[in-house]
Amino acid sequence: MKKLINSPENVVREELEGLQLAHADRLRVSFDPFYVVRRDAPVKGKVGLLSGGGSGHEPLHGGFVGPGMLDAACPGHVFTSPTPDQMFEAGKAIHSGTGVLQIVKNYTGDVMNFDLAAEMLREEGIAVESVLTDDDVAVEDSLYTAGRRGVGLTVLMEKLLGAAAQKGMPLDQLKALGDKIRASGRSMGMALTPCTVPHLGKPSFELAENEMEVGIGIHGEPGRKRMPLTSADQITEMLMEPVISDLPFRKGDQVILFVNGMGGTPLIELYIVYRKAAEIAARHGLTISRNLVGSYITSLEMAGASITMLRADDALLDLWDAPVNTPALRWGA
Amino acid sequence: MDHLTPALARSWILSTARLIEQNAQHLSDLDAAIGDGDHGANMSRGFQAVAKKLEGDAKADDLGALFKVTGMTLLSTVGGASGPLYGGFFLDLGKQCASRAALDAKDLADVLDSGLADIQRRGKAQPGDKTMVDALAPAIAAMRAAGDDIVTATRAAADAARNAATATAPLLARKGRASYLGERSIGHEDPGANSVALLLDALASATGA
Repeated sequence: MKKLINSPENVVREELEGLQLAHADRLRVSFDPFYVVRRDAPVKGKVGLLSGGGSGHEPLHGGFVGPGMLDAACPGHVFTSPTPDQMFEAGKAIHSGTGVLQIVKNYTGDVMNFDLAAEMLREEGIAVESVLTDDDVAVEDSLYTAGRRGVGLTVLMEKLLGAAAQKGMPLDQLKALGDKIRASGRSMGMALTPCTVPHLGKPSFELAENEMEVGIGIHGEPGRKRMPLTSADQITEMLMEPVISDLPFRKGDQVILFVNGMGGTPLIELYIVYRKAAEIAARHGLTISRNLVGSYITSLEMAGASITMLRADDALLDLWDAPVNTPALRWGA
Repeated sequence: MDHLTPALARSWILSTARLIEQNAQHLSDLDAAIGDGDHGANMSRGFQAVAKKLEGDAKADDLGALFKVTGMTLLSTVGGASGPLYGGFFLDLGKQCASRAALDAKDLADVLDSGLADIQRRGKAQPGDKTMVDALAPAIAAMRAAGDDIVTATRAAADAARNAATATAPLLARKGRASYLGERSIGHEDPGANSVALLLDALASATGA
């Protein structure tokens, strides 16, 4: 294992110390328990937006704390869900009287820990709702699996709900908007290399030099299919087609297209993917109204990419364009 | 011997912490094959925190308090799915044991059954889904079948859990991250069923010592 760390045990703590030092103007960090919170929390009259998940996906979620996006984020250990005490304390810190909305990626551990936290917060008299993301089309959604994983759509969800909450939207409407976004977005990812969890010290799966893994998640778990490596254009087809046909996206739809890097893939390659994705979207009669290209939901140093598409009406596009001022996403502010 | 006393229960938890520590790498290796490879590290971190807490707290004269502190500590230190599942399990044991001085073999099976129900409610898992349930359910059945002697009963439970954990290998995972693998989950033992086997092995060691 070759990593720029001091010791595997202190990876999350030291990252949070750096995050706090670098962005003290916008956020502060609690170290017992771990959570990242807007410096000006609780913001009066605004529903508190709370998310979190295992570490290793940076900038998700801590990098999205700030005006126009999240009020707080709870980081777990690398690739491990945070614990209920974190969300409980963070929820109390951001509650200004109008309730808390949790944004939860659909993983068994995350769902159970956030559910427990919601129970604890409600016992304190705080209104809590939760929105799930489960956009990964690589996973069969059936009674016989844990359901689809939450991946790239989570970034768009946090931005859009963050904007809506900032405009003063009440809790029940935020929940309904979140459910609508959940139903309108789909993703698929692939990996060129595995990644190494610091405290494990070895790659989570093996991939030969000429192989790729299609349908990977964001926790170093293997995907659905191992295949010989092919060109960026062909890989982009392999990701776009299932995304388009699953929802399905239809001719005339306006979309937000998000090409995401898994952590170890340079922007030069992401733009090669975007180029082809845009061509495929056009071929299907889709209008890319907005886009996002970059590494925003990662899997440590894994090389690879994912594509997320969200069907967006003008109201959603307005929320997308609203000012956001976080360490990792900033415009208009 | 015919009862699980608070002193034995304490020794059960501490013995679990030792066994989990010794087998952490094995649990993580099992998890790496069909999950994300952190089950051993997470369980080890949690049970070490529990051991530390118990060692700093000499009051072991109350089963309810002992299981409650174990559950709360696991809940806030393990993370993942195992945190709520194991934490909730011990919290439930704590509730069942409130105001009970000791458990005989039948009480113990009843209490574990209630804990199993809590795990199934939270995890929505059925027997055969390739989860903790597949080791815990047959262990409790074996405990009931073994009769009134708690040493024999807990040893029977430990053996049944071990065999059942091994028998999860041919199952298709239907819950948790392993379920994403579909057919590729077949051929690997479930890490959660294996940590349950360690938990019951520790119970047998504690009562048999």
